[in-house]
Amino acid sequence: MAPSAEELLRRNTVGINKETVSNVASTDFPGHFPGEDHAFSIERFRSAFSVQFHRNELNDASFSLIGIDASLANAFRRILIAEIPTLAIEDVYIENNTSVIQDEVLAHRLGLIPFNGGRDGIHNFLKWYKKPEAGEDPYANSFDWNTVRLELNVTCTVNPDAAPNENDPLKAYNHAHVYAKDIVFVPTGRQVEYFSGDNAIVPVNPDILIAKLRPKQTINLAMHMHKGIGADHSKFSPVATASYRLLPLIHITKPIIGPDAEKFQRCFPQGVIGLEKVTREEASKSGSGYEGHAGEFKAVVKDSMKDTVSREALRHPEFEGKVKLGRRRDHFIFSIESTGQWDSDELFLEAVKHLKLKCKKLEQQVINMVQ
Amino acid sequence: MPGRTKAQADASSQDADMQDVPPSGQDEINQDAEMRENAEAEEEEEEEVEPQRVRILPGSTDTAASFEFTDEGHTLGNALRYVIMKNPDVEFCAYSIPHPSEPKMNIRIQTYDGTAVNALKKGLSDLQDVCDVVAEEFWTKRQQFNSEQGIDR
Repeated sequence: MAPSAEELLRRNTVGINKETVSNVASTDFPGHFPGEDHAFSIERFRSAFSVQFHRNELNDASFSLIGIDASLANAFRRILIAEIPTLAIEDVYIENNTSVIQDEVLAHRLGLIPFNGGRDGIHNFLKWYKKPEAGEDPYANSFDWNTVRLELNVTCTVNPDAAPNENDPLKAYNHAHVYAKDIVFVPTGRQVEYFSGDNAIVPVNPDILIAKLRPKQTINLAMHMHKGIGADHSKFSPVATASYRLLPLIHITKPIIGPDAEKFQRCFPQGVIGLEKVTREEASKSGSGYEGHAGEFKAVVKDSMKDTVSREALRHPEFEGKVKLGRRRDHFIFSIESTGQWDSDELFLEAVKHLKLKCKKLEQQVINMVQ
Repeated sequence: MPGRTKAQADASSQDADMQDVPPSGQDEINQDAEMRENAEAEEEEEEEVEPQRVRILPGSTDTAASFEFTDEGHTLGNALRYVIMKNPDVEFCAYSIPHPSEPKMNIRIQTYDGTAVNALKKGLSDLQDVCDVVAEEFWTKRQQFNSEQGIDR
């Protein structure tokens, strides 16, 4: 016996009530509903699953995954944040630092700067770096295919052309501010092939302020970049944010008409609720709740995706029993903002690939375990 | 990645096919293919050395077993729990991370029918199928969106 459409909608809706949430757990498991088959089948998953794109820019992508469970959507999100490798500054060799920023603080600031470069080089040519054992030569494992060398050499000097009573340090001195763009990439070995011209390793944003200097202060250091993952340090995370929210649902159960409709509209962000005129036909139908209201405005849901689910509408007595708020359990609106080393959409595909590879390796491990 | 290995093995034997392989360094086909093959061989070697990360915990029987995964967490734990629970032969499945400072994740499986190990294997392979479907659908919808919006990259 197949459940009715109404029942399916109820199961698929997480209730957002005035003070509580309801129906939060998934129930699509075999044995949960007598006589219903919820066994996993890839054909069934394929036919229920779909993707909708909302936005696709290099540093900002938004799309919906529809027909997938929270556990799977969450796995993708977690992989995006913590398990996709990027290149970041890992070692800082400070030759001289007479600025007011302490060495360790400076090193930390440098580590957090996002860099970009030739994609082929970063994704395919550069491989993992293995830290040498204690007592081993510290550079024993550093090669062109796992280490990128950067240098930062800045000295602040008095600007001889500045007016004698100049108060702005940026005009009175040269290099009063040290920016990310002052970092120089030093290609080594085969890196010349992968990271020259437009493909050079450069900071994603050249205007990140690293330190402030005064005349005769100097920063003189070299840096090694390695590949790493966000689980180890968030500087390696390829995303600024990777998050999802469930699609908001607004169900108007009884008509909201006239001045109430306008007030109802103001309970939601702009564009969520629209106002439509009650038609003569609707008004003539008895029991519709529109009787005698022809020509007045009624509230209709225009775009529930724009809603922030503030529950404001539930606070007003005039809307009591007229509106139900909820979220669709299997509709995930993803938003991915890349820090630059990957395209945002490419990142999601990488996360899917990553989960598959993880399962594949563990499947082999399970087979080995049984033997 | 057997799929990739195969594509590259083909590429080194007959260069013409390399044109069909989507993104790759076009300039030094031979050198690149050779280098990647070496890298692949290294990776395979590493995979052989890779320590056993799954074990059955003591006290387990054929139909009711607990598995300990090293270096896995909620990412895989919850996803795997979900797919295993979708198996009608499974009576019970749950995962836990016994202590947050130990990199271990335990999965408990009890079955009505068949062994717990088989349910685990099925779960891992179903999860791979899910990934294929998600990637395929994502890819087609992205291409469609990009061509509609005139995004070219």
